[in-house]
Amino acid sequence: MKKLLTLLLAVLLAFGMVGCSGNNGGNGGEKATAFKLGGSGPLTGPAAIYGQDVYDSVKLAVEEINALDTAVKFDLNFLDDAHDPEQAISCYGSLKDWGMQVSLLCVTSKPCAAVAPLYDEDNLFAITPSGSSTTAISIDNNFYGNVFQMCFTDPNQGIASADYIADKALGTKIAVIYQDDIDYSAGIYEKFAEEAAAKNLNVVYVGSFQTGTNEFGTYLQNAQAAGADVVFLPIYYTEASMILTQADSMSYKPVFYGVDGMDGILAVEGFDTKLAEGVYLLTPFAADAEDDLTVKYVASFQKKYGRTPNQFAADAYDAVYALYQALTNAGCTPDMKGSDICDALVKQFTTMSFNGLTGSGVTWKATGEVSKSPKAVIIKDGTYVNAE
Amino acid sequence: MTFLQFLITGLSLGSVYAIIALGYTMVYGIAKMLNFAHGDIIMVGAYLAYFAMGKYNLPALVAVMISVLVCTLLGVVVERLAYKPLRKVSSLSVLITAIGVSYLLQNGAQLLWSSAPKMFTSIIPPNTIRLFDGQLTITHLSIFTIVVTLAIMIALTLFVNNSKMGKAMRACSEDKDTARLMGINVDTTISVTFAIGSGLAAIAAVLYASAYQSISPTLGSMPGIKAFTAAVFGGIGSMPGAFLGGLLLGVIETLVKGYLTTQLSDAFVFGILIIILLVKPNGLLGHKYSEKV
Repeated sequence: MKKLLTLLLAVLLAFGMVGCSGNNGGNGGEKATAFKLGGSGPLTGPAAIYGQDVYDSVKLAVEEINALDTAVKFDLNFLDDAHDPEQAISCYGSLKDWGMQVSLLCVTSKPCAAVAPLYDEDNLFAITPSGSSTTAISIDNNFYGNVFQMCFTDPNQGIASADYIADKALGTKIAVIYQDDIDYSAGIYEKFAEEAAAKNLNVVYVGSFQTGTNEFGTYLQNAQAAGADVVFLPIYYTEASMILTQADSMSYKPVFYGVDGMDGILAVEGFDTKLAEGVYLLTPFAADAEDDLTVKYVASFQKKYGRTPNQFAADAYDAVYALYQALTNAGCTPDMKGSDICDALVKQFTTMSFNGLTGSGVTWKATGEVSKSPKAVIIKDGTYVNAE
Repeated sequence: MTFLQFLITGLSLGSVYAIIALGYTMVYGIAKMLNFAHGDIIMVGAYLAYFAMGKYNLPALVAVMISVLVCTLLGVVVERLAYKPLRKVSSLSVLITAIGVSYLLQNGAQLLWSSAPKMFTSIIPPNTIRLFDGQLTITHLSIFTIVVTLAIMIALTLFVNNSKMGKAMRACSEDKDTARLMGINVDTTISVTFAIGSGLAAIAAVLYASAYQSISPTLGSMPGIKAFTAAVFGGIGSMPGAFLGGLLLGVIETLVKGYLTTQLSDAFVFGILIIILLVKPNGLLGHKYSEKV
């Protein structure tokens, strides 16, 4: 019986291997009609809300573009990396086997940083909708040059946050709670601290935590004891939701100020959105804006998915349209090699100006960083309202 | 005053560690294996209570009872299916199997309930007691947690010292073969141990989730590792040791975070563990057995 089971297992494994490699056929034979657009993001895992928003929005943009009567069409293959760098690398392998020509890189910073060197090596063009860390586009301050960002960078967010808190005088004593084992949070905090010192902001408490922390009472007690009336949270929404709940249970009510990672907090299942009332956050996109592009986008997103898109969704939508614009202007065709497309796109991206949901007249530096300005919104009655 | 505040936070965190550590230490004492899936039983317990209360609107007490019952069953089933067939092989194989079970439970939970975090509503209303002009705030939940832990500890000690099954457990932990010769059903005893450990895990789950609200499929891994540390700290195999180890670990962790550094708090906690083990290799309250060769 045992032998039989072992045999069965061996046979299954053997078939599994064959199944894996059977995926890359069909490439090269017939004439390609659409650009193979790849990408990965956390469709499961602790950052799944970001991945889902990006994926849904990318699908929407690709559908719209493919329905247009223009030459550039996309064939989308978006995989789940579960916010795990190793899984992102294996996604990259599958995408390459599939014949990816242009890419949306990854959704979150850590996986972006893990796969970006591979794009550099293979000279494939990538633009991340939301990987905001500088490590997504550079290594040891050497910028890849063919990896671009659609969202604004972490240093930018840190500086803009310190400026906003100082200029609007949101409070006199500031506490910071950040996550020191992810580039994203640590990167924002670093620049925030520099700018806060330059602006003479009084930072009374700084606490940091690592992945897997659930207990924030100690941090909040220290912040409260130090008399902080603004708490800056450059972290992801999962921990932010715990901090808001735990602060409420100890009746500590400072002004909470978050960055793009805070976006998504209203979508946490079972989270009492009343606790997020009055929370500030930085975002390049407000769903209540009244320009034609935003109105049209929000309407079609709501119709298709039954919820309001957030900034990740908007950045993803913009990233696909920016690719579309660059491919069109460069006159690329789907039968070109990924490497040639990459060279043409780099030229386009560093010279073109793009009008999208998250800003108009958006440009890119040769480093891959985007130039657009973040704005602050405040959560009121469960939605984002412009804070200006 | 902040010191007292940290102490209470630490005690209530440590209480949860203590309950989980009891499960580790009992299973280790009797089955001589490290059940690394213990942390994931906690996660399952938290989800069960979440669905019982959130989806089916059952009262908190019923939800906790369902969670305890199902976790107890789950613990026994895991033991029967995954560990019992391996009782005669090397302990390394059992250890790897336990890690496998842990991943199975985690990934199963991801498939079933998705990996997006859910917010758990506390079983105790979020009221606080304020002392010294509001300088010291104690949540009802932390008092409840500490009391429940004490009650569990007392009940368990009485059970192990006085009941027939408790005596069988102690006999098995000392010498399984001799216990079998004396007419003790070793398999049943091990199953009961798993049942108790998993039931306790469910209680710990509800207390933990009530305090920190957010639940996800990886919820159990960190408290699981901390509680395992606590069990080793107090002397693995010793019940009072696990209790003491859990409380100390919680308090030390909170005080280090509060006063020294938030960045290196875990490094401190594990550093202390290393020092204790260098001085007392069997943990704080562990027994020293001399092995015959």
